[in-house]
Formats: sequence, structure tokens, C-alpha cells
Amino acid sequence: MNLIADGFAWLTDPANWTGAGSIPERLVEHLLVSLLILLIAGLIALPVGFTIGHTGRGKGLAVAVTGGMRAIPTLGLLTLAALWLGIGLAAPILALVVLAIPPLLAGAYSGLESVDRRVLDAAKGVGMTGLQRFTGVELPLSAPIVIGGIRSAALQIIATATLAAYTSDFGLGRFLFRGLKTNDYAEAFGAAVLVIALALLVDGLFALAQRFSVPVGVRVARSGEPTRSAADRATGRTTTNV
Amino acid sequence: MIEFHSVSKQYPDGTLAVREVSLQVPPRQTTVLVGSSGSGKTTLLRMVNRMVDPSAGRVTIDGDDVAGTDAVKLRRGIGYVMQNSGLLPHRTVAANIATVPLLRGWKRHDARERALELMDTVGLDRSLADRYPGQLSGGQQQRVGVARGLAVDPNILLMDEPFGAVDPLVRRELQEELLRLQRELGKTVLFVTHDIDEAFLLGDRVVILREGGEIVQIGTPAEILASPADGFVADFVGADRGRRALHVQEVDGRSLVVDADGRPAGVLAR
Ligand SMILES: Nc1ncnc2c1ncn2[C@@H]1O[C@H](COP(=O)(O)OP(=O)(O)O)[C@@H](O)[C@H]1O
Ligand SMILES: [Mg+2]
Repeated sequence: MNLIADGFAWLTDPANWTGAGSIPERLVEHLLVSLLILLIAGLIALPVGFTIGHTGRGKGLAVAVTGGMRAIPTLGLLTLAALWLGIGLAAPILALVVLAIPPLLAGAYSGLESVDRRVLDAAKGVGMTGLQRFTGVELPLSAPIVIGGIRSAALQIIATATLAAYTSDFGLGRFLFRGLKTNDYAEAFGAAVLVIALALLVDGLFALAQRFSVPVGVRVARSGEPTRSAADRATGRTTTNV
Repeated sequence: MIEFHSVSKQYPDGTLAVREVSLQVPPRQTTVLVGSSGSGKTTLLRMVNRMVDPSAGRVTIDGDDVAGTDAVKLRRGIGYVMQNSGLLPHRTVAANIATVPLLRGWKRHDARERALELMDTVGLDRSLADRYPGQLSGGQQQRVGVARGLAVDPNILLMDEPFGAVDPLVRRELQEELLRLQRELGKTVLFVTHDIDEAFLLGDRVVILREGGEIVQIGTPAEILASPADGFVADFVGADRGRRALHVQEVDGRSLVVDADGRPAGVLAR
């Protein structure tokens, strides 16, 4: 109770909100590095996942690899990478990229896989090229699932990036580790609250993106409610389905 | 004219779907491939637009081997209508119909105009242009599919059981509509169905297939009805005999197909 009160006191102390190493600075740092990691992991995982989903080849391998990667303990990998790459951001970035690849990859290929084969076959049959099917059919129809993969990767990166402070002077984890080391649990608690808040915020934003990425045509079909078109409204006429 | 020159198709899993089939599809007529499920109809049809490449033999259009053409270009020049309309669920009716014109680089405005015209052609109210496929009935979706197939005014129209998934009343309506369209447009239609009644109703020529794409009989509906080539055909065309024995009757110089109760079931096109 005291801890909670102290934690919020730490959070609201104006001294913690200005200057070098202040909360806003660490927050931005945390967010930017998380974004960088997401970008790197995305550049690796998404093209591979899309290729697998588009061609239908290599799925077994992808499942095995992502399964293996998921089993790697992040803290262990981080320690190993730090021993190899030294103190600094390189080690946590590497460890977190490894962490983020499986959900990104899975989202990409399972998203494309979820697209109705008959729709794709028809798209090919009327003369769409492979690229046109990818950009014009597969991407729009799989967007919610692909974004879902990005969402869970982002969430894991933000939460786990806290650990990066273990080997480098970085991010919100800094407060956490310092607080733990100096027995300043108010600071540690306040930092934990910040990480959680950041994660929830980002998760919420992705949830919104996911929702809005559902194509209108799919949404209206799902709702099962034929919306009356503008023309119908203008003439006050409803169209009866044959 | 589309010609199949002893084409065969073996799928990677070993299934021999079509074995050495030779067939000519004359221009500006409806040729119906009819046979039970698995007889290789779809495989044959899809060889025309290179959705299936034959393992042996050639398919030619006006003498040119399709294997030598660019598959994408070829498909954009051939109308293709399938059973599950195959519409893009995230695009509006108008955008679906205009798919191929847009791929070919038409201006948006022109493509939309064309789509609206085609909606008239296939009997769809223009007010549906901005709806999505998921908001349409099955019959309406099939009309959109037909309109899309006609979008670039192709000479050839491939139709693979296009009315197979709609209820009988609507199917009847769509069949009549197709007959009307074909009278107006005179396309080279290759139509696939497993329904012999549909084949007789729509086909100028009917090709009866058995497993492996084996052609059992080719002829006009009247010819096939009058003299089935063998017991298989007799069985096939007479499958419904108990319910409604069909026979051909000349009325005012037209060939009328009449059922056992004397009710006309349809008119033979020639
Ligand atoms: N892609 C495929 N891979 C393996 N076998 C197939 C494939 N497509 C069709 N077949 C098989 O080939 C045969 C003919 O199929 P199809 O041409 O679809 O017949 P139909 O259209 O007359 O029902 C069937 O035995 C079917 O199972
Ligand atoms: Mg078929």
C-alpha cells in the first residue's frame, strides 16, 4: 500500500520528468528502440512469411523454425549475446529480434493462408499476376491477421525490452534495475507501471488498426445486414434479393 | 475455334484426369461438356485459359497453341465464370466487374461506365453497383460473375457450372438469361455442367464425357436424345426418365423439348 503510494509519488514527482535520464526521455528511448527492433524483425520475417503464404511452400520448415525460436529463453540469449557483442544496445536488439520473428512470421503466412483459395483461383483466372494477387487480394484480405502478428510482436518487444537495461543503459528498464539494486522499490514499481501502460497503449492502438483493417466488404458481409446503398436511399427503395 | 488435340492431364498426385481427348469447339456457339463429377470437365475447360497445362497434347485457339501465349494476357482476353462466383469480397460489384478492364489500364471512369452497362446486360439493377458481393444473393453474385466475364467483350466465354450453387428457380432464370445473352452476343461459349437437362437446354452442341474425359458422344441435344450412342448415354440422358421422359417435338419449325406430361421443358436452339 505504501509501495503503491510511493510508486505513484515517484511517478508524479516533477523532478523525474525533466533532465537527462528522465521519464519522458526513457519512455521515448524505449519506444524508439522497440520500433527499430520491430522494423528489423519485420524486414526479415514478413517477406519470408508472405512468400510462404503466397506460394504455399516451406510451411513445414517455417513452423519448425518458429517453434525452435520460441523455445529460446530470451534472458539466456541476451546474456550470451552480451558476452559476444559486449555491453550496449546490439545484444538486446539481437535478442529481441529473435523474440519478435516467430509471431511476425506466423501472422504473415497464416494470414495469407486464410484467404479463400477459390477467390485466389478466380483472381488468377481473370488474369491477375502473382504480384497483383498479393497486393490486391492477399494483403487486403489477410491484413487483420498480419497486423495481429505485428501486434503480438510489438507487445513482446516492449515488455521484454525492459530486460535490455540488464546489459545497457537503456529504456524504462533502467529505472527498474536501478530501483531493485538500490532497494528503491518505489522507483522499480513506478517503472513497472510505465512499462505496463506503454504496452497497453500500443496494444490498444494495434487493436484499433486491426479492427479498421478489416475490408468494408468483408465487414458488411459478416454483419449479414445488407446496407442500403445511396441510390436506394435516394429513391426510397429497398432492393429485394433474388 | 478452340481445338483440343489429344490432350492428357496427369496431376502431380498421379490422377489421370483426362486421357487423350480431341475435341473441336466451334465459334459463336454454346458447347456444353456434361458428365458426372470427376469426369475431367473442369480440367478440360481450364486448359483453354492455361489454368491447367496439359501433360500431353495441345490446345489451340484459332490455330495458335495456347502454350505459346503469355498466360496472363491470354486469361485477360477470355471470360471465365465459375461456380462459386469467385468475386473479390473486398471490392464492390462495379469494381469486381471492372477487374479486367482496370488490369488492362482503363481509366477508372471508363471502367465504371463499362461495369454499369454490363449490369444492365446481365439484368442487375445499377443501384447494386456499390454493394459488396457479401451483400448479394447467390443468384445476383452469379450475374456479377457473368458480367465480369463479359467485361472486355471476349470472344470466348468459359463457364464452369456457373449456376450449380443457386436454387432451382433462380437457376432457371439465369439459364434463360444466358440463352438471351447468347442470342445477342454470339460468343464462343464452353460450358461445363453435370446436369443433363441444363446441357440440353443451353447447348448448341453437347459433349457427353465419361471418366478420364473420355468422349462418349457429341451431337445436338436432339441427336443425342434421338439416338444415344450407347447404354451409358441412354442411361445418362434418361436418368430422369421416370420423372419426366423428354422427347423432341417440332412446333412451328422449332424443336421443342417436351416432357412426359406434354409440358414444354425448353426450346432447342437449332
Ligand atoms: N489439382 C488436382 N490435383 C489432383 N487431382 C485433381 C486435381 N484437380 C482435379 N483432380 C482430379 O481429376 C479428376 C477430374 O477432375 P475435374 O476435372 O475437376 O472433374 P469434373 O470437373 O468433371 O468434376 C478427378 O478425379 C479429380 O479428383
Ligand atoms: Mg468441375
